[in-house]
Amino acid sequence: MRITRLSGLVALVSAAALGLADPAFAGKAENTLNVAFAAEPEPLDTYKIAGREGLILARHIYDGLLYKDLDTGEFKPALAESWEFTGPLTMEFDLRQGVKFHNGADFTADDVVSTLNKVIGPEYGTRYSISVDWIESVEKLDDFKVRINMAKPFAGAVEMLADALPIYPHEFFEAEGSAGIARTPIGTGPYKLVEQEPGVRYVLERFSDHYTESPKGDASIDTIVVRAIPEMNTQYAELMAGDLDWIWRIPPDQASRLEGRTQILSAPIMRISYVGFAPDSLGGESPIAQQKVRQALIHATNRGAIVEAFAGGASKVLNTPCNPAQFGCTQDVVSYDYDPEKAKSLLAEAGYGDGFELEMIFAAMPRPTAEAIAADLANVGVTLNLNEQQYAAGVGQWRKKEVPSFYSNWGSYGIGDVVFILSNFFGGGADDLVQDQELADWLNKADTASDRAEREDLYAKAVKRIAEQAYWMPMYNFNVNYGLSPDLSFTPHPDEFARWWQASWK
Amino acid sequence: MIQFILKRLFVALCVCVAVSAISFALMFLSGDPAIAIAGSGGRAEDAEAIRIAYGFDRPIPIQYLDWVWSAMRGDFGQSIYFNIPVSEVIGNRIGVTLKLGITAFLVALVIAVPLGIAAALKPNGLIDRMALVIAVTGQAIPSFWLGLMAIVVFGVWYGWVPISGAQKWQGYILPVLVLSYYAIPAMMRITRSGMIGVLGSEYVRAAIAKGLPQHRVILGHALRNAVLPLVSLAAVQLGLLLSGSIVIESVFALNGMGRLAWESLLRSDLPVVQAIILLLSLLYVVLTTAADIVNALLDPRLRGTS
Repeated sequence: MRITRLSGLVALVSAAALGLADPAFAGKAENTLNVAFAAEPEPLDTYKIAGREGLILARHIYDGLLYKDLDTGEFKPALAESWEFTGPLTMEFDLRQGVKFHNGADFTADDVVSTLNKVIGPEYGTRYSISVDWIESVEKLDDFKVRINMAKPFAGAVEMLADALPIYPHEFFEAEGSAGIARTPIGTGPYKLVEQEPGVRYVLERFSDHYTESPKGDASIDTIVVRAIPEMNTQYAELMAGDLDWIWRIPPDQASRLEGRTQILSAPIMRISYVGFAPDSLGGESPIAQQKVRQALIHATNRGAIVEAFAGGASKVLNTPCNPAQFGCTQDVVSYDYDPEKAKSLLAEAGYGDGFELEMIFAAMPRPTAEAIAADLANVGVTLNLNEQQYAAGVGQWRKKEVPSFYSNWGSYGIGDVVFILSNFFGGGADDLVQDQELADWLNKADTASDRAEREDLYAKAVKRIAEQAYWMPMYNFNVNYGLSPDLSFTPHPDEFARWWQASWK
Repeated sequence: MIQFILKRLFVALCVCVAVSAISFALMFLSGDPAIAIAGSGGRAEDAEAIRIAYGFDRPIPIQYLDWVWSAMRGDFGQSIYFNIPVSEVIGNRIGVTLKLGITAFLVALVIAVPLGIAAALKPNGLIDRMALVIAVTGQAIPSFWLGLMAIVVFGVWYGWVPISGAQKWQGYILPVLVLSYYAIPAMMRITRSGMIGVLGSEYVRAAIAKGLPQHRVILGHALRNAVLPLVSLAAVQLGLLLSGSIVIESVFALNGMGRLAWESLLRSDLPVVQAIILLLSLLYVVLTTAADIVNALLDPRLRGTS
């Protein structure tokens, strides 16, 4: 009773003294979507950034030549009305007329030519070379027609053109460069940035002149306010208080606690976790140089229980070194059930019946899952020495072949095609610690083939080989938990690009 | 005295240089910055291109000397993450941290000193016991927990103050109170013990015997001597409040230097990290030197000695 009175008194006095009462208003009433990210979005020059937060904002502000409908897998026209391969290394695009940039400028071929020719130059510093290194040059054929001359055959070209390579207004971009675009993002997208306090707050407003045929058209929410709130507990508090309508990346344990108090969605994403084995490491002297040992390690790990206990939601155990949602990721492969007895007999056959010690670096993965793997392997006599590292340090050591196993994850840039994962790890490059020449040849051929069926066959062969040889222990696909206002309709997508232009109020 | 201060400043600057050199080297021990910048989607080729573009392939001492030379000319380079000059990045954040740190420091001082004096006047009395509770809880409760509790009670339940962010001045109320709660115990306890020591000394007894009013004895005679260790401590506390508010800035989503330092470390934004380390080293040097000067002014016996 006394406590109630005291707190009531404090409330009364403080409210009267400060006059701060600021009732929470739901975003629906003002048709404003209030969003929070834990990480601060990078400056919005898409070519130079890697963080998903900045890229999500960018996709609302900018458009690409094409657009991929993830629900159907179909490529749709966006800034380009139509396109075709006019030769093995040339693509031509008919551009849409009547499209406006947010600053009022008209969209023409000059914008495409200027943007793409600038970002392919090594001095520009485009973050991921894979996104643009396949372009040799871009030519203007007329005001609304351009040709892309490819530097090499690249199966991911169309995927990249589908919204990953945005087009900037040429006059502004040429005058102000990357820093200018980052300070004043101007695109043709469904939303324009009207306010930006970097690292704090971004306000997007529906662009009334957005071209009606756009695959991103028909946005129903007027305003999107995005804030950076690093502490997840603060985000939960704001979501409960009605000050936020959309948060994401809620850890599984927190998601289950919040369920019932707000709308929680769990959706699978392209990112997968894996344990990579490097048969070639330590001069080939490591026990995992033997196929039977690698197979035994997978049989010994109870991946189903690990996924259920720690990943939850929409995560599933994987048998392939790619996401089943990706083109080319056949699921017709040998799989390794949890079978410790079989693991023991495989180890005995390989001459390791008494077990052995194995070092595993892990980076950007939760420690409990790594400890669970170690506990399972201990049951078959393998002592796993866990070495947790910062991502940069871990990858550095792995690339130097200093450790035989590495537990990490890969997101394929959110793109649903195995061209963005397999060759990086098995194609013979610096990240390939397997160095299986035949496998690398199949992948290189598949990456450069233009025939979809041929690519699919080659990738299937590669995926089967990787599974059969047990070069990787694929763990699981990640999921993302979203916390949403009960009034919000939102559909998540596996590429982790929130499409708020499709969101609406119930 | 001036010669002494100049000597102190020279030594302090050497400390700054040494701190920045060591921290520069340590950054490279925590992993290849090129791989960190390339990010979790970066291929070996991307890291290699970054290594060359940013000059990480040069020997570390050369990179450090280059940085020092540019910094001496006021050029802290370009932030790798933000792609704008480091001075601009820091300039955008420093205001929040200064407002938060200085306000919290003043609030703490205004509460701690009178409370310390009152506690010293009647040791084991009611005020002294209350002060002890504040001191113990202030030291023992983790700041993120207290911050979150404050958010739940005053932001969610009552809705008096914004839960996070500094768009309105009210957004500073909770972070300032939580932050100052951590600075109070040390300053209060040192005021209390200093006052107890001084109140028992002969010159205070003499002042009382002369018939001076109590407030003049306490404020004019006792406090002036009791405050000497407080000045040194307060300088360090201010430094801590300005440099160590990472947790508070994160909990309350304030975009200040603490958060910037932490996030820049995680994303290996070397130019920003280096500039912040140098700035904070300089801050400590200035504050501790200022405290020495204030102490020398308050106590003539300290002048001309080390």
